[in-house]
Amino acid sequence: MTTAISVHDVTVHYGEVLALDHATLDIQAGRVCGLVGMNGSGKSTLFKTIMGLLRPDSGTVRVSGESPAKARKSGVVGYVPQSEDVDWAFPVTVRDVVMTGRYGHMGFTRHARKADHDAVDHALERVELTEYANRQIGQLSGGQKKRAFVARGIAQGATILLLDEPFAGVDKRSEATITRLLRELADDGATILVSTHDLHALPDLADEAVLLMRRVLMHGDPDEVLQPDNLALAFGLDVLNRGDN
Amino acid sequence: MNLIDFFLEPLSYDFMIRALATTLIASIVCAVLSCWLVLIGWSLMGDAVSHAVLPGVVLAYIVGAPFALGAVIFGFLAVALIGAVRDTSRVKEDAAIGIVFTTLFALGLVLISVTPSQTDLNHIIFGNLLGVSWADLTQVIILGAITFAILVTKRRDFTLYAFDPTHAHAIGLNPKVLGAALLGLLALTAVVALQAVGVILVVAMLIIPGATAYLLTDRFGRMLVIAPAISAACAVIGLYLSYYLDTASGGMVVLAQGAVFALVYLFSPRHGLIGTRVMSTRRRRALASAQ
Repeated sequence: MTTAISVHDVTVHYGEVLALDHATLDIQAGRVCGLVGMNGSGKSTLFKTIMGLLRPDSGTVRVSGESPAKARKSGVVGYVPQSEDVDWAFPVTVRDVVMTGRYGHMGFTRHARKADHDAVDHALERVELTEYANRQIGQLSGGQKKRAFVARGIAQGATILLLDEPFAGVDKRSEATITRLLRELADDGATILVSTHDLHALPDLADEAVLLMRRVLMHGDPDEVLQPDNLALAFGLDVLNRGDN
Repeated sequence: MNLIDFFLEPLSYDFMIRALATTLIASIVCAVLSCWLVLIGWSLMGDAVSHAVLPGVVLAYIVGAPFALGAVIFGFLAVALIGAVRDTSRVKEDAAIGIVFTTLFALGLVLISVTPSQTDLNHIIFGNLLGVSWADLTQVIILGAITFAILVTKRRDFTLYAFDPTHAHAIGLNPKVLGAALLGLLALTAVVALQAVGVILVVAMLIIPGATAYLLTDRFGRMLVIAPAISAACAVIGLYLSYYLDTASGGMVVLAQGAVFALVYLFSPRHGLIGTRVMSTRRRRALASAQ
């Protein structure tokens, strides 16, 4: 098995604020990994570091064995943004959005050729959005929106997918659909890193889970990582509401 | 007077031909750029840059350099200063924009007041469509063509930048370069348009056509056609009205754009005020009758 994402001893500061503190993490190819931690635990920072948006103060990041800058050029990493970060009124169709996954493969003017159209058709089919291809992106349900962005990653040919809170604002049935889709992609060899607050969904979805609190507190089997005592470490409180609150 | 005379009579004057060519080019280039500005949320930035180019243009006049050079330098200077004030003080972005562009604009006014010149530099502020020389028109054509060509050939990258800069970065594009390119083109466009409507009204041409098209369609590709078409039509209507009514030509062009926006705002089938009301009433009736 090969290592898809390797984060070694990475420290990142935003000015005075410490966002990642000697974080170390290896994820093998073809695995689904859930990233758990409270707000400010460094989840977004970790994503940005893997995508090469942030350069760490110290430590090394390897994506498919390459530096993030190199991996970026070959389009290895696909990204599914949080809902709040997307302008859903933007005048683009689902097909337009998926087509942007192909831009790295296209020429100067990003003119789509047959191979690009085929890749987009295939990606839309894969996420079962073919009949919605010509809808404006905001006219999809919460779960369909997520699948549209997953399709963009598929069209891109990404072998690593990063998903930021994919289950926020998504109903249970769509959650199950997305979970099944991500599992299938992983079975085909994709590596998937999902940050989520939805701890109940994790055991079905993930092969492994990471507990992040600026450092990697724990990394292992989801059932084990999600033990209440471990979560208390990361969240500083009883997240499963066993106690008086 | 018949309709043909109505359109042809003004064109018997050379200055009207130059005026018409200038407004058409300015309105089309501005309208194309405005599609991205309204979607990124850069309307205020357009306002700021178009005003802030004034001292650059005046300084370029003084030293005999091309206006475009001075405009681009001061356009970027304004953006850099706005970023610096926003990031290094507790002042928020809208205030930073307000402080920087008005100060630079004031600097331009002061420079104009101390610069002796045969041509009235006040025309830069209010525009002087009817006084456009052949040299001015040549500059408008060249700058307009360059800006238009870059915007159209790289339109897909700019749209991706506007929609999802993180993804643009993830697939190896450089969002910072794309953003800077848009700002540079904004400064160039301001130079093109200030010939037509003056520094003060440039911002109208940089916002209204894109906003109008955005109310009419859910496809960015169509916005890129609708915005310049509306803008060009308004340029012609405004110019002819100003000719026959003997009013300020730049002001008339912008008034025409504002009037068309108002009509679209009210009557656009999908995103207009009345259209959406009618649709929601219909939906309610359909629901009521289904029950």
